[in-house]
Amino acid sequence: MSLLKYESQLREPLVDGTKTYHDVTEDICRPIEAKPGKLWYIGFFISVALLLFGIYSVYREVVYGIGQWNVNHTVGWGWDITNFVWWVGIGHAGTLISAILLLFRQTWRNGVNRAAEAMTIFAVMCAGQFPIWHMGRVWMAFFTMPYPNTRGPVWPNFASPLMWDVFAISTYFTVSLLFWYSGLIPDFGTIRDRAKTKFRKLSYGIASFGWSGSTKHWQRLESLSLVLAGLATPLVLSVHTIVSFDFATSVIPGWHTTIFPPYFVAGAIFSGFAMVQTLLLITRKVLGLESYITIGHIEAMNKVIVLTGSIVGCAYLTELFMAFYSQNQYENYAFFYSRANFFSPYGWAYYSMMFCNVVSPQIFWFRKMRRNLWVTMFLSIVVNVGMWFERFVIIVTSLFRDYLPSSWGYYYSPTIYEVGFYLGTFGLFFTCYFLFSKYFPVIAVAEIKQILKVSGESYKDKMDKLEEEPVEEFAHATVH
Amino acid sequence: MAKKKFVVGCFDDENVLFPAVKKVRLAGYKIHDVYTPYPVHGLDHAIGLRETSLHTAGFIYGITGTTIALGGMGWVFTADWPLNIGGKPHFPLPAFIPITFETTVLLSAVGMVLTFCYLCQLAPFIKKHHFHPRATDDLFVMVIECTSKTNIEDLQSFLGNAGAVEVNTQLAETGWWIGRYDKEQTLIREELPVV
Repeated sequence: MSLLKYESQLREPLVDGTKTYHDVTEDICRPIEAKPGKLWYIGFFISVALLLFGIYSVYREVVYGIGQWNVNHTVGWGWDITNFVWWVGIGHAGTLISAILLLFRQTWRNGVNRAAEAMTIFAVMCAGQFPIWHMGRVWMAFFTMPYPNTRGPVWPNFASPLMWDVFAISTYFTVSLLFWYSGLIPDFGTIRDRAKTKFRKLSYGIASFGWSGSTKHWQRLESLSLVLAGLATPLVLSVHTIVSFDFATSVIPGWHTTIFPPYFVAGAIFSGFAMVQTLLLITRKVLGLESYITIGHIEAMNKVIVLTGSIVGCAYLTELFMAFYSQNQYENYAFFYSRANFFSPYGWAYYSMMFCNVVSPQIFWFRKMRRNLWVTMFLSIVVNVGMWFERFVIIVTSLFRDYLPSSWGYYYSPTIYEVGFYLGTFGLFFTCYFLFSKYFPVIAVAEIKQILKVSGESYKDKMDKLEEEPVEEFAHATVH
Repeated sequence: MAKKKFVVGCFDDENVLFPAVKKVRLAGYKIHDVYTPYPVHGLDHAIGLRETSLHTAGFIYGITGTTIALGGMGWVFTADWPLNIGGKPHFPLPAFIPITFETTVLLSAVGMVLTFCYLCQLAPFIKKHHFHPRATDDLFVMVIECTSKTNIEDLQSFLGNAGAVEVNTQLAETGWWIGRYDKEQTLIREELPVV
C-alpha cells in the first residue's frame, strides 16, 4: 500500500508535533490571555523611553529648525533620508511574504506572515516620519495633497519623484494595513469566542467586526486576499522602485544610474527579511511558538537572504564596472575616489557595507549555518547594519563633494538630535511591536489550521491506517 | 427579520463534514450555512454556493482609480494650471504612470475591502447570533433551517448518524444588529402582550 502514501523527502512539516485544531488555537492565543512576563515590561519601557527621546528630538527640530541637524548645503539629506530609505526597505518583507509567496503557493508563509505584515506596517510608519519632519515647516505638509484649494489653486508637481513617493508610501501603508486587518478579523473572532473576561469580550468583539465563520464569508475573504495579493505584488515592487527614482532621476554622480530600481528592490527584500528574522527568533522563543515557526521557516528565509544579498552584491559590482566603463570623470570620482577607496573620508562606510551585505550572507550557502539560530540572529543584525550603510554611502558620498570644490572639506556627521530622531523611530517600531505581540495573534490561527492536515505530524498517523487497507477497497470507497 | 428555528450539527473533522453535507442535501434539507474555523476548500461548492464576484468589483474600482488619476493629472497640467517644467510636454504620460498605478491599486484595494465588509455585514459594534462558540476554534458547525414540514427529531438523529458530535436545536435571529459581545443582546425585543 505504499502507493497511497507519498511523503516528501525534501519538505519538512510546517507544524511540528501532533497538534489538533484546538491545540493551535490554545498555543497562539495563550500569550494574549496571559500576563506578559518581566522581559516584556523591560523591553516595552525601553522602547517607550526611546520613543520619548525621539519626540524630544523632533520637538527641537520643529521649534529651532533644521539647524538642529548637521545637514548642510551639500549634504542636504544626511541621516534623515538614509533612515527613511532604510525603514521603507525593511517594510518590504511583510508584503513580500504575504503577497508574493501567496501567489507562488509557498505555504511556509502561513507561519510567519502575520508578524511580518505587522512589522511592515510599523516600519512604514517609522519611514514616513523622516520626509515629513525633514520638510522643516511641517505644518505645510498638507501642501503635498492634491485638492482644489484657494491658493491659486496650486497643484503639486505630479511629474516629480518626490510626489510619486507621497503616493507610493501612503498607498503602500493603506493596502498593507487593509491586507493585514482583513486577515486578522477571523482570528479576533476566535479570541472573542474564547474570551473569559468582560473587557476582552468587548474589545475583541469590536475588533472582530462580528465575524461568524460562515462559508460564504470565507469564500469572499479568500477571494479578497488573493486579489489583494495580486495588487500588492506589483505595489511592493513599485514602492522601492519609486524610492530609488528619488535618486535615479537626478543628475548626481553615483545616483544617476538605471540599475537603481531592481537593486533597491532586492536590497529592500534583503533587509526586510533580516528584520523579520531578528523579530521572529525572539518572538518564537519568548512566546513558545517553536512548533509553528520552525527551523524550516528560518532556513527558508535565510535562503531568501542569501539570494537577495547576492543580487545586491552583483549590483554593487555592476555599478563599479559601469562607472569605469562610462569613462565619465564625475562617475569615476564618485565611485573610485569617494566610495571604493580606503583613504577617502567615507571609505570605511563603503567597505562596511560591502562586508555586511555581500560577504557575510554568503555563509548561508551552508545548510548547517542556515539552520543555526545564533548565526541567523547575528547575521540578521549584521545585514541590517550593512543595509543602513548602503543608504548612507549612496546619499552622503555622492553629496559631500559636489561639483563645486570650494564647498568641499566638510565632514558630515550627525548631531545628537539626528541620532535621537533615528532612535525615536526604533522606539516607535518596538513599542508597536511589543503591543502587537501582547494583544494580537502573532501567527495567523486560521491559516495554520488550513495547512495543519497537509503538513502536521498528526496527519501521518491517519496515513498509517490507510496503509493497512487493501487498495481495492480504498479506491472503491474514495470514488463513491 | 424574524426568529427562525434551526437544527445545528457540529462536526470535528472536515473529512466527516463533506459526506455529511452531501447526505443532508440529498435528503432535501436546506443548509442555512456551515460555520468553520478556517476556509475549507471546496465546501462552498459542496453546499451549493456560487462563485463570489468580489474580484469584478475590484476591477471596476481599479479602472475608476486609473481614470481619476490620469484624468485628474491631465486636467491639472493641461487645462487648470499648465506649467512649463523644463520645456517638457504638458501631458508627460511616462511621468504620470507611477501615480496612476498607485491610485489604481489604492482605489481597488480600499473599494474591495469596503465591499467585502458590506457584503459580509462586518463592522465594529456589529453583533450576530453565533450558533456555537467553538465554530471559530475547532468545530465545523452545520446549521439547517427548519420549515413547517421538518421533523426535528428525525433530522437530529439523521445528523447524528452522519457523524455529528453534537446536535441541538436553536431559535435564532439570522440578521445582524448593533451590539456588544460582553452583553446579552438580541435584535428582536420580546413584545409586551397587549392588554
